[in-house]
Amino acid sequence: MEIFVKKRIKAIKKGDQNAYADIVDLYKDKIYRLCYRMLGNRHEAEDTAQEAFIRAYVNIHTYNPNMKFSSWLYRIATNLAIDKIRKKKPDAYLDEEISGTDGLTMYSQLSSNEASPEEALESLELQETVQKAIEKLPEKYRSVIVLKYIEDLSLQEISEILDLPIGTVKTRIHRGREALRKHLGHL
Amino acid sequence: MKCPHNIVNLMHDYLDGDIKPHDAKILKEHLQQCSACADHFNGLKKTVAFIQHASHLIPPSDFTARVMAKLPKEKKTVRMRRWLQNHPFITAASLFVILTIGSLFTTWNEQEQFSVSTRENVIIRGHTVIVPKGEVVKGDIVVRNGSIKIEGKVEGNVTVIHGEKYLASAGQVTGELEEINQVFEWIWYNIKERMKDVVETFE
Ligand SMILES: [Zn+2]
Repeated sequence: MEIFVKKRIKAIKKGDQNAYADIVDLYKDKIYRLCYRMLGNRHEAEDTAQEAFIRAYVNIHTYNPNMKFSSWLYRIATNLAIDKIRKKKPDAYLDEEISGTDGLTMYSQLSSNEASPEEALESLELQETVQKAIEKLPEKYRSVIVLKYIEDLSLQEISEILDLPIGTVKTRIHRGREALRKHLGHL
Repeated sequence: MKCPHNIVNLMHDYLDGDIKPHDAKILKEHLQQCSACADHFNGLKKTVAFIQHASHLIPPSDFTARVMAKLPKEKKTVRMRRWLQNHPFITAASLFVILTIGSLFTTWNEQEQFSVSTRENVIIRGHTVIVPKGEVVKGDIVVRNGSIKIEGKVEGNVTVIHGEKYLASAGQVTGELEEINQVFEWIWYNIKERMKDVVETFE
Protein backbone atom coordinates (compact mmCIF):
# COMPACT_ATOMS: atom_id res chain seq x y z
CA MET A 1 0.00 0.00 0.00
CA GLU A 2 2.83 2.40 0.81
CA ILE A 3 4.29 1.66 -2.64
CA PHE A 4 0.94 2.37 -4.26
CA VAL A 5 0.78 5.69 -2.41
CA LYS A 6 4.38 6.60 -3.28
CA LYS A 7 3.77 5.96 -6.98
CA ARG A 8 0.68 8.12 -6.93
CA ILE A 9 2.50 10.96 -5.17
CA LYS A 10 5.25 10.88 -7.78
CA ALA A 11 2.67 11.12 -10.54
CA ILE A 12 0.88 13.99 -8.77
CA LYS A 13 4.13 15.91 -8.39
CA LYS A 14 4.65 15.53 -12.14
CA GLY A 15 1.27 17.16 -12.64
CA ASP A 16 -0.97 14.14 -13.11
CA GLN A 17 -3.99 15.37 -11.21
CA ASN A 18 -6.01 12.23 -11.89
CA ALA A 19 -3.63 10.24 -9.70
CA TYR A 20 -4.89 12.29 -6.77
CA ALA A 21 -8.37 10.77 -7.04
CA ASP A 22 -6.88 7.45 -5.92
CA ILE A 23 -5.37 9.12 -2.86
CA VAL A 24 -8.68 10.78 -1.95
CA ASP A 25 -10.54 7.48 -2.36
CA LEU A 26 -8.05 5.70 -0.18
CA TYR A 27 -8.16 8.10 2.77
CA LYS A 28 -11.54 9.84 2.55
CA ASP A 29 -13.27 7.57 5.09
CA LYS A 30 -10.63 8.12 7.75
CA ILE A 31 -10.34 11.87 7.20
CA TYR A 32 -14.09 12.40 7.10
CA ARG A 33 -14.57 10.31 10.23
CA LEU A 34 -11.90 12.31 12.04
CA CYS A 35 -13.49 15.60 11.00
CA TYR A 36 -16.95 14.45 12.01
CA ARG A 37 -15.82 13.38 15.47
CA MET A 38 -13.88 16.60 15.95
CA LEU A 39 -16.71 18.86 14.79
CA GLY A 40 -19.85 16.81 15.44
CA ASN A 41 -21.61 18.04 12.33
CA ARG A 42 -21.80 16.29 8.96
CA HIS A 43 -21.83 19.42 6.87
CA GLU A 44 -18.80 20.93 8.56
CA ALA A 45 -17.07 17.57 8.52
CA GLU A 46 -17.48 17.34 4.77
CA ASP A 47 -16.24 20.88 4.18
CA THR A 48 -13.25 20.39 6.43
CA ALA A 49 -12.33 17.01 4.98
CA GLN A 50 -12.52 18.42 1.46
CA GLU A 51 -10.42 21.39 2.45
CA ALA A 52 -7.84 19.06 3.98
CA PHE A 53 -7.52 17.12 0.73
CA ILE A 54 -7.27 20.30 -1.31
CA ARG A 55 -4.56 21.66 0.99
CA ALA A 56 -2.64 18.44 0.80
CA TYR A 57 -2.77 18.59 -2.98
CA VAL A 58 -1.67 22.20 -3.18
CA ASN A 59 1.18 21.60 -0.73
CA ILE A 60 2.19 18.20 -2.01
CA HIS A 61 5.72 19.48 -2.68
CA THR A 62 6.22 20.13 1.02
CA TYR A 63 5.33 16.55 1.95
CA ASN A 64 8.31 14.82 3.52
CA PRO A 65 8.33 11.17 2.41
CA ASN A 66 9.96 10.12 5.69
CA MET A 67 6.56 10.63 7.27
CA LYS A 68 3.67 8.29 6.55
CA PHE A 69 1.40 9.95 4.04
CA SER A 70 -1.63 9.19 6.19
CA SER A 71 0.04 10.93 9.16
CA TRP A 72 0.61 13.99 7.04
CA LEU A 73 -3.04 14.03 5.96
CA TYR A 74 -4.19 13.53 9.55
CA ARG A 75 -2.03 16.46 10.59
CA ILE A 76 -3.57 18.77 8.00
CA ALA A 77 -7.12 17.65 8.84
CA THR A 78 -6.59 17.88 12.62
CA ASN A 79 -5.18 21.39 12.36
CA LEU A 80 -8.05 22.51 10.16
CA ALA A 81 -10.61 21.00 12.53
CA ILE A 82 -8.96 22.66 15.55
CA ASP A 83 -9.05 26.00 13.70
CA LYS A 84 -12.76 25.57 13.04
CA ILE A 85 -13.46 24.72 16.68
CA ARG A 86 -11.60 27.84 17.82
CA LYS A 87 -13.40 30.05 15.33
CA LYS A 88 -16.84 28.84 16.38
CA LYS A 89 -18.59 31.69 18.09
CA PRO A 90 -20.55 30.90 21.24
CA ASP A 91 -23.87 31.41 19.44
CA ALA A 92 -22.87 28.79 16.92
CA TYR A 93 -23.14 26.29 19.75
CA LEU A 94 -26.86 27.05 20.01
CA ASP A 95 -27.34 25.98 16.39
CA GLU A 96 -25.43 22.87 17.19
CA GLU A 97 -27.89 21.99 19.93
CA ILE A 98 -30.85 22.47 17.61
CA SER A 99 -29.24 20.56 14.76
CA GLY A 100 -28.14 17.92 17.21
CA THR A 101 -30.31 15.45 15.35
CA ASP A 102 -28.00 15.90 12.40
CA GLY A 103 -26.54 12.44 12.61
CA LEU A 104 -29.86 10.85 13.54
CA THR A 105 -30.94 9.43 10.19
CA MET A 106 -27.46 8.17 9.69
CA TYR A 107 -27.35 6.39 13.01
CA SER A 108 -30.74 4.80 12.49
CA GLN A 109 -29.53 3.50 9.15
CA LEU A 110 -26.45 2.08 10.72
CA SER A 111 -28.29 0.37 13.50
CA SER A 112 -31.05 -1.04 11.30
CA ASN A 113 -29.59 -4.52 11.42
CA GLU A 114 -29.79 -4.60 15.19
CA ALA A 115 -32.15 -6.85 17.07
CA SER A 116 -35.03 -4.65 18.19
CA PRO A 117 -36.14 -1.03 17.80
CA GLU A 118 -35.73 -0.55 21.54
CA GLU A 119 -32.15 -1.62 21.35
CA ALA A 120 -31.60 0.49 18.26
CA LEU A 121 -32.96 3.54 20.03
CA GLU A 122 -30.87 2.79 23.04
CA SER A 123 -27.81 2.55 20.85
CA LEU A 124 -28.81 5.69 18.97
CA GLU A 125 -29.09 7.66 22.19
CA LEU A 126 -25.80 6.25 23.31
CA GLN A 127 -24.16 7.32 20.05
CA GLU A 128 -25.46 10.84 20.56
CA THR A 129 -24.24 10.87 24.15
CA VAL A 130 -20.79 9.69 23.13
CA GLN A 131 -20.49 12.35 20.43
CA LYS A 132 -21.70 15.08 22.82
CA ALA A 133 -19.13 13.98 25.38
CA ILE A 134 -16.34 14.17 22.77
CA GLU A 135 -17.48 17.64 21.77
CA LYS A 136 -17.28 18.84 25.35
CA LEU A 137 -13.56 18.11 25.43
CA PRO A 138 -11.20 21.06 24.90
CA GLU A 139 -9.67 20.66 21.42
CA LYS A 140 -6.23 19.58 22.57
CA TYR A 141 -7.72 16.58 24.38
CA ARG A 142 -10.31 16.01 21.70
CA SER A 143 -7.74 15.56 18.95
CA VAL A 144 -5.68 12.96 20.84
CA ILE A 145 -8.78 11.02 21.91
CA VAL A 146 -10.18 10.97 18.38
CA LEU A 147 -6.83 9.91 16.88
CA LYS A 148 -6.38 7.23 19.52
CA TYR A 149 -9.85 5.72 19.82
CA ILE A 150 -11.67 6.65 16.63
CA GLU A 151 -8.74 6.29 14.24
CA ASP A 152 -7.08 3.60 16.34
CA LEU A 153 -3.57 5.03 15.98
CA SER A 154 -0.53 4.28 18.10
CA LEU A 155 0.94 6.82 20.53
CA GLN A 156 3.96 7.02 18.20
CA GLU A 157 1.82 7.97 15.22
CA ILE A 158 -0.19 10.49 17.21
CA SER A 159 3.02 12.09 18.42
CA GLU A 160 4.17 12.38 14.80
CA ILE A 161 0.86 13.77 13.57
CA LEU A 162 0.59 16.41 16.28
CA ASP A 163 4.33 17.02 16.46
CA LEU A 164 4.28 16.54 20.22
CA PRO A 165 6.50 14.41 22.49
CA ILE A 166 4.98 11.02 23.35
CA GLY A 167 4.86 12.04 27.03
CA THR A 168 2.62 14.98 26.19
CA VAL A 169 0.37 12.79 24.06
CA LYS A 170 0.03 10.35 26.96
CA THR A 171 -0.82 13.07 29.46
CA ARG A 172 -3.46 14.46 27.12
CA ILE A 173 -4.99 11.04 26.57
CA HIS A 174 -5.12 10.50 30.35
CA ARG A 175 -6.83 13.83 30.93
CA GLY A 176 -9.15 13.27 27.99
CA ARG A 177 -10.19 9.89 29.36
CA GLU A 178 -10.81 11.37 32.80
CA ALA A 179 -12.96 14.14 31.34
CA LEU A 180 -14.97 11.67 29.26
CA ARG A 181 -15.42 9.38 32.23
CA LYS A 182 -17.43 12.12 33.95
CA HIS A 183 -20.02 11.95 31.14
CA LEU A 184 -19.85 8.32 30.11
CA GLY A 185 -18.46 6.33 33.04
CA HIS A 186 -21.73 6.08 34.94
CA LEU A 187 -23.92 4.95 32.01
CA MET B 1 -8.76 2.88 53.21
CA LYS B 2 -5.75 4.84 51.98
CA CYS B 3 -5.29 4.82 48.21
CA PRO B 4 -1.77 4.84 46.72
CA HIS B 5 -1.11 8.42 45.51
CA ASN B 6 -0.40 7.33 41.93
CA ILE B 7 -3.27 4.83 41.63
CA VAL B 8 -5.05 6.83 38.88
CA ASN B 9 -1.83 7.05 36.87
CA LEU B 10 -1.50 3.29 37.13
CA MET B 11 -5.02 2.90 35.75
CA HIS B 12 -4.06 4.99 32.73
CA ASP B 13 -0.80 3.13 32.24
CA TYR B 14 -2.86 -0.05 32.23
CA LEU B 15 -5.25 1.41 29.62
CA ASP B 16 -2.27 2.52 27.51
CA GLY B 17 -1.04 -1.05 27.59
CA ASP B 18 2.34 -0.20 29.07
CA ILE B 19 2.08 -0.88 32.78
CA LYS B 20 5.05 -2.49 34.52
CA PRO B 21 4.35 -5.95 36.03
CA HIS B 22 5.11 -4.62 39.51
CA ASP B 23 2.64 -1.72 39.07
CA ALA B 24 0.05 -4.05 37.61
CA LYS B 25 0.20 -6.09 40.81
CA ILE B 26 -0.26 -2.99 42.98
CA LEU B 27 -3.21 -1.88 40.87
CA LYS B 28 -4.89 -5.27 40.92
CA GLU B 29 -4.55 -5.71 44.64
CA HIS B 30 -5.82 -2.22 45.39
CA LEU B 31 -8.84 -2.53 43.11
CA GLN B 32 -9.87 -5.72 44.94
CA GLN B 33 -9.93 -3.87 48.23
CA CYS B 34 -11.15 -0.36 47.32
CA SER B 35 -14.57 -0.02 45.76
CA ALA B 36 -14.12 3.72 45.01
CA CYS B 37 -11.04 3.05 42.87
CA ALA B 38 -12.70 0.00 41.29
CA ASP B 39 -15.62 2.24 40.25
CA HIS B 40 -13.25 4.81 38.85
CA PHE B 41 -11.40 2.15 36.88
CA ASN B 42 -14.60 0.57 35.54
CA GLY B 43 -15.83 3.99 34.48
CA LEU B 44 -12.64 4.53 32.47
CA LYS B 45 -12.86 1.13 30.82
CA LYS B 46 -16.51 1.71 29.93
CA THR B 47 -15.69 5.13 28.51
CA VAL B 48 -13.01 3.68 26.26
CA ALA B 49 -15.37 0.93 25.09
CA PHE B 50 -18.11 3.46 24.24
CA ILE B 51 -15.75 5.60 22.20
CA GLN B 52 -14.18 2.67 20.42
CA HIS B 53 -17.55 1.26 19.47
CA ALA B 54 -19.02 4.46 18.16
CA SER B 55 -20.45 3.70 14.74
CA HIS B 56 -18.92 5.60 11.90
CA LEU B 57 -20.31 7.85 9.29
CA ILE B 58 -19.10 7.48 5.76
CA PRO B 59 -18.58 10.44 3.42
CA PRO B 60 -21.14 11.06 0.66
CA SER B 61 -20.54 9.04 -2.51
CA ASP B 62 -19.59 12.10 -4.58
CA PHE B 63 -16.92 13.17 -2.08
CA THR B 64 -13.92 12.37 -4.29
CA ALA B 65 -15.51 13.93 -7.37
CA ARG B 66 -16.17 17.12 -5.42
CA VAL B 67 -12.61 17.33 -4.15
CA MET B 68 -11.28 16.79 -7.67
CA ALA B 69 -13.55 19.50 -9.04
CA LYS B 70 -12.24 21.98 -6.49
CA LEU B 71 -8.54 21.44 -7.17
CA PRO B 72 -6.72 24.40 -8.69
CA LYS B 73 -6.91 24.62 -12.46
CA GLU B 74 -3.26 23.77 -12.92
CA LYS B 75 -4.76 20.68 -14.49
CA LYS B 76 -5.54 22.41 -17.77
CA THR B 77 -1.97 23.32 -18.66
CA VAL B 78 -0.83 19.82 -17.85
CA ARG B 79 -3.64 18.38 -19.91
CA MET B 80 -2.81 20.78 -22.73
CA ARG B 81 0.85 19.88 -22.68
CA ARG B 82 0.01 16.19 -22.71
CA TRP B 83 -2.33 16.79 -25.62
CA LEU B 84 0.26 18.77 -27.56
CA GLN B 85 2.85 16.08 -27.00
CA ASN B 86 0.46 13.38 -28.13
CA HIS B 87 -0.67 15.24 -31.26
CA PRO B 88 2.43 16.90 -32.77
CA PHE B 89 1.08 16.88 -36.30
CA ILE B 90 -2.24 18.54 -35.46
CA THR B 91 -0.38 21.06 -33.32
CA ALA B 92 1.99 21.94 -36.14
CA ALA B 93 -0.80 22.06 -38.70
CA SER B 94 -3.02 24.32 -36.60
CA LEU B 95 -0.11 26.61 -35.88
CA PHE B 96 0.59 26.75 -39.58
CA VAL B 97 -3.00 27.83 -40.21
CA ILE B 98 -2.85 30.43 -37.46
CA LEU B 99 0.39 31.80 -38.74
CA THR B 100 -0.79 31.85 -42.34
CA ILE B 101 -3.97 33.66 -41.45
CA GLY B 102 -1.93 35.99 -39.34
CA SER B 103 0.47 38.63 -40.39
CA LEU B 104 3.20 36.34 -41.62
CA PHE B 105 3.22 37.41 -45.23
CA THR B 106 3.15 41.03 -44.35
CA THR B 107 5.95 40.71 -41.83
CA TRP B 108 8.00 38.95 -44.47
CA ASN B 109 7.60 41.88 -46.79
CA GLU B 110 7.73 44.62 -44.20
CA GLN B 111 10.82 43.66 -42.28
CA GLU B 112 13.33 45.28 -44.54
CA GLN B 113 15.49 46.76 -41.87
CA PHE B 114 18.79 45.24 -41.00
CA SER B 115 18.91 43.73 -37.54
CA VAL B 116 21.03 41.35 -35.56
CA SER B 117 20.13 39.58 -32.34
CA THR B 118 23.50 40.02 -30.62
CA ARG B 119 26.25 42.62 -30.59
CA GLU B 120 28.59 40.77 -28.34
CA ASN B 121 31.94 39.78 -29.81
CA VAL B 122 30.86 40.68 -33.33
CA ILE B 123 31.79 43.46 -35.74
CA ILE B 124 29.09 45.11 -37.80
CA ARG B 125 30.04 46.61 -41.11
CA GLY B 126 27.15 48.04 -43.06
CA HIS B 127 24.66 45.19 -43.38
CA THR B 128 27.22 42.52 -42.66
CA VAL B 129 27.86 40.92 -39.30
CA ILE B 130 31.37 39.58 -38.80
CA VAL B 131 32.41 37.06 -36.19
CA PRO B 132 36.15 37.80 -36.17
CA LYS B 133 38.84 35.19 -36.02
CA GLY B 134 39.57 34.12 -32.46
CA GLU B 135 36.24 35.41 -31.08
CA VAL B 136 33.60 33.15 -29.58
CA VAL B 137 29.91 34.09 -29.63
CA LYS B 138 27.91 32.23 -27.03
CA GLY B 139 24.29 31.70 -28.04
CA ASP B 140 22.21 31.94 -31.19
CA ILE B 141 22.59 34.66 -33.82
CA VAL B 142 19.72 35.83 -36.02
CA VAL B 143 20.51 38.28 -38.80
CA ARG B 144 17.69 39.93 -40.74
CA ASN B 145 18.14 41.67 -44.04
CA GLY B 146 21.89 41.33 -43.85
CA SER B 147 24.68 38.84 -44.17
CA ILE B 148 27.02 37.13 -41.78
CA LYS B 149 30.66 36.21 -42.13
CA ILE B 150 31.93 33.69 -39.66
CA GLU B 151 35.66 33.53 -39.12
CA GLY B 152 35.56 32.73 -35.43
CA LYS B 153 33.29 30.41 -33.47
CA VAL B 154 29.55 30.50 -32.73
CA GLU B 155 28.33 28.30 -29.94
CA GLY B 156 24.73 28.07 -31.06
CA ASN B 157 22.54 28.36 -34.15
CA VAL B 158 23.01 30.94 -36.88
CA THR B 159 20.00 32.02 -38.93
CA VAL B 160 20.15 34.49 -41.77
CA ILE B 161 16.85 35.88 -42.99
CA HIS B 162 16.91 37.69 -46.31
CA GLY B 163 20.67 37.53 -46.59
CA GLU B 164 23.68 35.36 -47.10
CA LYS B 165 26.05 33.41 -44.93
CA TYR B 166 29.75 32.97 -45.41
CA LEU B 167 31.57 30.45 -43.33
CA ALA B 168 35.34 30.88 -43.49
CA SER B 169 37.43 27.72 -43.48
CA ALA B 170 38.50 28.46 -39.90
CA GLY B 171 34.95 29.48 -38.87
CA GLN B 172 32.85 27.21 -36.73
CA VAL B 173 29.17 26.95 -35.83
CA THR B 174 28.25 24.37 -33.20
CA GLY B 175 24.52 24.52 -33.98
CA GLU B 176 22.62 24.86 -37.23
CA LEU B 177 23.58 27.34 -39.90
CA GLU B 178 20.53 28.39 -41.88
CA GLU B 179 19.70 30.83 -44.61
CA ILE B 180 16.10 31.80 -45.19
CA ASN B 181 15.28 33.52 -48.42
CA GLN B 182 11.88 32.24 -49.33
CA VAL B 183 8.44 32.73 -47.87
CA PHE B 184 7.95 29.06 -47.22
CA GLU B 185 11.24 28.79 -45.33
CA TRP B 186 10.24 31.86 -43.37
CA ILE B 187 6.95 30.28 -42.36
CA TRP B 188 8.65 27.05 -41.41
CA TYR B 189 11.19 28.97 -39.34
CA ASN B 190 8.37 30.77 -37.53
CA ILE B 191 6.53 27.55 -36.82
CA LYS B 192 9.63 26.06 -35.28
CA GLU B 193 10.25 29.17 -33.18
CA ARG B 194 6.68 29.37 -31.94
CA MET B 195 6.56 25.67 -31.24
CA LYS B 196 9.55 26.17 -28.96
CA ASP B 197 7.64 28.96 -27.18
CA VAL B 198 4.54 26.83 -26.86
CA VAL B 199 6.46 23.92 -25.40
CA GLU B 200 8.35 26.20 -23.00
CA THR B 201 5.12 27.84 -21.90
CA PHE B 202 3.66 24.51 -20.90
CA GLU B 203 6.73 23.21 -19.18
ZN1 LIG C 1 -8.63 3.38 46.34
